[in-house]
Amino acid sequence: MLHLILFSVFAVIAVAGALNLLVQRHPISSALSLIVVMGSLAVEYLLLGAEFVAAIQVIIYAGAIMVLFVFVIMLLNAGVEERTKGSKVALILGFPAMLVGGLLVAWVLLRAPNVGSVNVGAMYGPPKAIGWLLFHDFLLPFEVTSVLVLIAIMGAVVLASPVRSRFSRPQPEPERQALKAAAGTEPAHEETVTARRSS
Amino acid sequence: MTLGTFIIVSVIKIVIALFVLLTGVAYTVWLERKLVGRIQNRWGPTRVGPFGLLQPLADGAKFLFKEDITPPHVYKPLYIAAPMIAMIFAVTSMAVIPIGDWVTVAGVHTPLQITDVNIGLLIILGITSIGVYGIALAGWASNSKYSLLGGLRATAQMISYEVALGLSLVGVLILSGTFSLRGIVDAQAGTWWGWLPKWNFFQGQFVAFFVYLMAAFAETNRVPFDLPEAETELVAGYHTEYSAMKFAMFFMAEYANMFTVACLASLLFLGGWHGPLFGPTWLQEILPVFWFALRVFAFIFLYIWIRGTLPRFRYDQLMKFGWKVLLPLAVANLVITGLVVALRA
Amino acid sequence: MPQNYVPIFLFMGVAFAIPAVTLVLFKLVRPENPHKTKLMPYECGITPLDDARGRYTVRFYIVAILFVVFDVETIFLLPWAVRFRWLGKFGLLEMGIFLGILIVGYIWIWKKGALEWV
Repeated sequence: MLHLILFSVFAVIAVAGALNLLVQRHPISSALSLIVVMGSLAVEYLLLGAEFVAAIQVIIYAGAIMVLFVFVIMLLNAGVEERTKGSKVALILGFPAMLVGGLLVAWVLLRAPNVGSVNVGAMYGPPKAIGWLLFHDFLLPFEVTSVLVLIAIMGAVVLASPVRSRFSRPQPEPERQALKAAAGTEPAHEETVTARRSS
Repeated sequence: MTLGTFIIVSVIKIVIALFVLLTGVAYTVWLERKLVGRIQNRWGPTRVGPFGLLQPLADGAKFLFKEDITPPHVYKPLYIAAPMIAMIFAVTSMAVIPIGDWVTVAGVHTPLQITDVNIGLLIILGITSIGVYGIALAGWASNSKYSLLGGLRATAQMISYEVALGLSLVGVLILSGTFSLRGIVDAQAGTWWGWLPKWNFFQGQFVAFFVYLMAAFAETNRVPFDLPEAETELVAGYHTEYSAMKFAMFFMAEYANMFTVACLASLLFLGGWHGPLFGPTWLQEILPVFWFALRVFAFIFLYIWIRGTLPRFRYDQLMKFGWKVLLPLAVANLVITGLVVALRA
Repeated sequence: MPQNYVPIFLFMGVAFAIPAVTLVLFKLVRPENPHKTKLMPYECGITPLDDARGRYTVRFYIVAILFVVFDVETIFLLPWAVRFRWLGKFGLLEMGIFLGILIVGYIWIWKKGALEWV
């Protein structure tokens, strides 16, 4: 019972954090709300008994990817977001469409075979079990991940490196060049994150 | 043990641990000033109390009663939150560190550790990776050039060395086969030929130990890796705009982090609390804690000694050292450890 | 056992309470004498020319993204290490392939000069 209450509380925190992310106007506040979402998701995993996944959630999402986000906001001096008026059509059609879409997904998921509710603590928790699953049952996906990570490395370096010869001295206006390169970094980080998600 | 007793026992342990930790932090500052003074042929604090022993109390009172300046150019919510984030997460990693075996006090059988979880090491890694935000946000929220540069430098340095730190632990994990800090220490019990202890350090993890030590120095922003607050170029780095209690929080966070990495080094590489036991029963109960404290003290001493001895890295040297020396060393160590263990099995 | 994690959150709460309480409580006794020059950003005595937040070199960004990538790699290594004695030589082989691909990437970024800081 206590578990269920805690689970609901952290679920509410996660949703509230996500909503706050959308409402906040300053990018750093949005990034911090996303950290809150990640943190409360980690607690949810913990409550379900998946302690290893919870730890990974904190280390990778809250501790690595969000650090990258915050870091980029610091580097680029991303200012306060400009608020446009927003189209009426999106407002009128958007929310009902979202509701219908959400219900549809939920319905499909619930109707699918071998889907049921998970008891608290019933998920694969101990790191040893994870190790067994990862390195035995899901060996191929694991190896393919390394290729994905490799692509992420290459994409980041290619897109973020200033174009210059390795042996030439820095140009007279290094700041300006760095600025130019920094302005061109957005796609790189987007792409890498997508690559990570799909892994 | 019922849930009620469990909670009460945990609260008692939390209070004791916090008290010991904060006192330890205060007196490490005293020790540092004293030792660095001696290294530089000065006296260090002498005026407040015998040998300046009451100096930490005087400093603490000063931090509390000084004017706490919040400049108008800062982003206030984050400016206040940043030192708290730094301190909370620095202190919290102590929650999973064991300092000795199980004991029975007043009929309650409990481990000498706030809580014994079987992913203790991962929790410490997670908490330290969150701790980066304290410094990054402090630099950003201060809205001052020195702070921002210090914050950027500190964040880049900490995340670079976090990789080497994580990889250096893999060898230890291969040998012990568990994430539980207690389990890792238990795996190091016993000796070879009756005198050489089976510490992970002597089981071939000396390269990992070196990598860990260097990465830990960089993670805690200590000399020779104290570039984020290099006073000759950045004034005070990310805490330039902080004063009084908020500054003290960063200070405490740094020293609490020192304790965490010192404890972790003792647990992972130097056999934790294992050591010769002798004498009556009560002495045998206390000795493990003493041996553990001795190791931690040795690390703190090393920290201070190095601070008094070495000059500071240059930033490009720092990055080169992390990415081109420590990272390959850590990977080589884990590959060789894996090979040896697999071939021996 | 999820209940073993409860003390960590308790500890976090206490660790939050101590600085929060001292900050609020000692506000009553702290002096407060704001002054224009005292409240300026610290620039070694010179009046600041412009805002501190500008754009900084892209190398910080490369470091951050490489960190994310290598952190993911480390996370894959950790459960493997814990399970190593079980997996044995087979585990060594599979991690050899995984690490091999990444080491190629590492050498490539080294050659490409992404690890230089000049």
